Amino acid sequence: MTQTGTLMGFVHRRRRGAELFLLVLALAVGIGAYAAVGLGVEGVVPADLVGYGGWLTALIVAAHVTVRIVAPYADPVLLPLVAALNGLGLAVIRRLDLTYEANGLDQHTFARQQLIWMTLGVVLFIVTLALLRDHRVLQRFTYTAGLLGILLLILPFLPLVGREINGARIWINVAGFSFQPGEVAKVLLVIAFSGYLVLHRDALALAGRRVLFVDLPRGRDLGPILAMFGVSMMILVLQNDLGSSLLFFGLFLAMLYVATERPGWLVVGGLLFGAGALAAYTFVGNVQNRFNFWLDPLDYYEASPGSYQLVEALFGQSWGGLIGRGLGNGFPERVPFAYSDFIVSTIGEELGLTAVMAIILCYGLIVERALRIALISRDGFGKLLAVGLGAIVALQVFVVIGGVTGLIPLTGLTTPFLSYGGSSLVANWVIVALLLRVSDQARRPAPRLDPVDDAGADSESTQVVKLRS
Amino acid sequence: MNKPIRVVSVFCLVLFLALLVNATYLMYVRADSLADDPRNRRIITATFSRERGAILVGDEAIARSVPSDDQYKFQRTYSQPFKYAPITGYFSWFSQTGVESSQNAVLAGDDSRLFVTRLVDMLSNSDPKGGNVQLTVDAAAQDAAWEGLEALPGDAQGAVVALEPTTGRVLAMASTPTFDPNKLASHDFGAVADLSKELNADPREPLVNRAIATTLPPGSTFKLVTAAAAIESGNYDADSMVPGGYRFQLPQSTTSVPNYDGGNCGGRRITLTQALQVSCNVTFLSLANELGVEAMADQAEKFGFNDTSLEDLGGQAESLYPRDLDPPQTALSGIGQSSVTATPLQMAMVAAAIANDGDVMRPYVVDEVRAPNLSVLDRTDPQSISKAISSTTADELTSMMVATVDSGTATPAQIPGVQVAGKTGTAQSTADRPPYAWFVSFAPADDPQVAVAVLVQSSDTSRSEIGGGRLGGPIAKAVMEAVINQ
Repeated sequence: MTQTGTLMGFVHRRRRGAELFLLVLALAVGIGAYAAVGLGVEGVVPADLVGYGGWLTALIVAAHVTVRIVAPYADPVLLPLVAALNGLGLAVIRRLDLTYEANGLDQHTFARQQLIWMTLGVVLFIVTLALLRDHRVLQRFTYTAGLLGILLLILPFLPLVGREINGARIWINVAGFSFQPGEVAKVLLVIAFSGYLVLHRDALALAGRRVLFVDLPRGRDLGPILAMFGVSMMILVLQNDLGSSLLFFGLFLAMLYVATERPGWLVVGGLLFGAGALAAYTFVGNVQNRFNFWLDPLDYYEASPGSYQLVEALFGQSWGGLIGRGLGNGFPERVPFAYSDFIVSTIGEELGLTAVMAIILCYGLIVERALRIALISRDGFGKLLAVGLGAIVALQVFVVIGGVTGLIPLTGLTTPFLSYGGSSLVANWVIVALLLRVSDQARRPAPRLDPVDDAGADSESTQVVKLRS
Repeated sequence: MNKPIRVVSVFCLVLFLALLVNATYLMYVRADSLADDPRNRRIITATFSRERGAILVGDEAIARSVPSDDQYKFQRTYSQPFKYAPITGYFSWFSQTGVESSQNAVLAGDDSRLFVTRLVDMLSNSDPKGGNVQLTVDAAAQDAAWEGLEALPGDAQGAVVALEPTTGRVLAMASTPTFDPNKLASHDFGAVADLSKELNADPREPLVNRAIATTLPPGSTFKLVTAAAAIESGNYDADSMVPGGYRFQLPQSTTSVPNYDGGNCGGRRITLTQALQVSCNVTFLSLANELGVEAMADQAEKFGFNDTSLEDLGGQAESLYPRDLDPPQTALSGIGQSSVTATPLQMAMVAAAIANDGDVMRPYVVDEVRAPNLSVLDRTDPQSISKAISSTTADELTSMMVATVDSGTATPAQIPGVQVAGKTGTAQSTADRPPYAWFVSFAPADDPQVAVAVLVQSSDTSRSEIGGGRLGGPIAKAVMEAVINQ
């Protein structure tokens, strides 16, 4: 860890005032959008604007105060970005609710449920930050987290709890609530990968055969990546969930590369991905359809299964143009699942290219902050954790927004913080809490809680074992 | 681990840049082509629910949107549906035609010329409004044209086009039978679909704007083009002696063609003026035969054949003068038979060009485009599209046409106190169908204000009555009077 040496003399400022200022802007976005929805759809400012705005403000202030107390050195940009996205998402879901209600649909309380989920997410955010004072504690739970993660992925297949919704078997039903365990599994798997890779990075980094300037890994080290590949393919075949499959494998590959510093792993991973994609295209009809719809969406508009959803989303977004139709003036309800997977198309239709770009930039900033945290983090586990969490957001955003705007084949994933979906929202708030925790540790001037010099983390833990034996 | 983190950062940057570029491509570059997709119901619904601009003739809005109580907020209404249907077209949930289609961007408020209005609407948060379209049509001329067609007997089918020779403004455009655009603009989409199916299946083709979309052999009115080609060749003028007689023997053929009335046109050698006056087939068959297909086709194209010229109204059919005619066909083309076909608009353009010293003006129906606040955004400028004949030729042809009205076949178009130039026409179709009656004219001959073409197809009229311009003449006269007497 020679890089951290250069940072030793530099003391980060807390910047909590900056965070507060940015949070005020973020709340203005969220509450302003909510008011605009009322004005646009019903012609009046929503009656519950004060109550709603107050609730949102209370949640954000609570999160901010927690950060001030328990993570004073944490990154000041992440929380405002997340607050703005979540607030905007709530307003857009509310806008769809109003239309669903006017059209006589039964389900038109998505926004209220989302607000409850957000509350739960913020509570978990606070709990995570308050209880977890040092992220390296998580390293102890490497295998527990891994096992739990796998278990959560399997849950939807178990009788009684598992449920299939809209063709994807990724749900469980607990006490009347539907939950996607895969969203939580994401976080657990990042923890597990970080813990595993930080220990085994040296072995995995050993060079094998050299082909075209790239050192390929040794054959005997292929075990973990093959295992992860197997898990991803299982998710694809059994759960019919292309998005999650891609997400898990991409995530693992990125972390493996960062841990070992070996581009060779990318070659191996790329080959596996190619083989997997080809196999999926050949053997899984669903994947083949998605690919064809992507190539020529307009040709499959009337087909069944067809690209109706995607084409309607494309129509909607292109109709929105540069500045959008204005909240309440479009027809986003023509797109099935406009409130969840396709929320970006709703935003594109009513708020335009400008808003879509702003959103993509917000996500870009979140990823940038996560990777910056990884860069300045002083311990390998923290680095991997931050990279992993950042990669989750980056991959998920790319896959979803890329799919909805027709850049890549469509896969079902939620847009972090924007889409309706409790599991996803709660998990994403925890991701932010973890990132803030790592950044707080990284930016702290004197690592008081850190008795172990991270350069010798591996050897010292080995010594402790020796002393006790 | 920092080096790979930086690599991952660059990779993420590429991913997000790709998203930004693709979003721009979709919502800006590709937006227009997706908006044009007929399955894009957003565009249709939005256009349908908007306060669409009015289509104006003089001060009267012949098509406008009035508030309605249903979800579409506005109902399109047409104040004089049948009279103006060929021009306005209809505006239904399923499709649009006529000016409703060609000027859709303006009427719907999407036109770039309405940018400022749109911006103001957006900032003031009011619903966008469409711009208004002022037509060139003269209400009195249109009334005369429509009433003339209405007065035709029985199941008559016909069309009238009147142009302002010096500009190309369309002063009147009527077609019968026609349809009621109010019924097609209804919000009862089931009824609209049924009616639409019914209108499309109707053998009398009420949806067709005959003035610009029906091409038929122009018959004797095409003799104007033949005469023009002859004079332009330099070998003839109005007083040149040309062949007359009873019959013309077609080249390379055993067929000989008589004159319409079986007479000899007044002698074996007559003047060109006299030939036009009595509409002498023999003369013009022989002239076309002598000039040849190239000269004839060149002259026809200079008048606008083999091309379309009307840009602000859709559906114009090309009037044809094929360049591959053999000699007998070429001879027959001189009297507007064989494969020569023309729309009423094309024949009006021929008359207008002769009236306008040989300059063919581009016909247009949209005079002005106005913002919802009535400020003029754009005005159509008259545009010359070709010089068909020299002004000397035009003068000679004018005097010949005046003679035709004064003491020839076109006497029904005479207007007391006004010199009228005109030419009748009768074209043969198949033996079991009656011929078509044509009439083209302009007036006043010394200072032309209006050029008219009338086409009538009717089974209620005997063949002998058609030739004398008795069907088309009175209609053309009424339209010309309506314009001149203002």
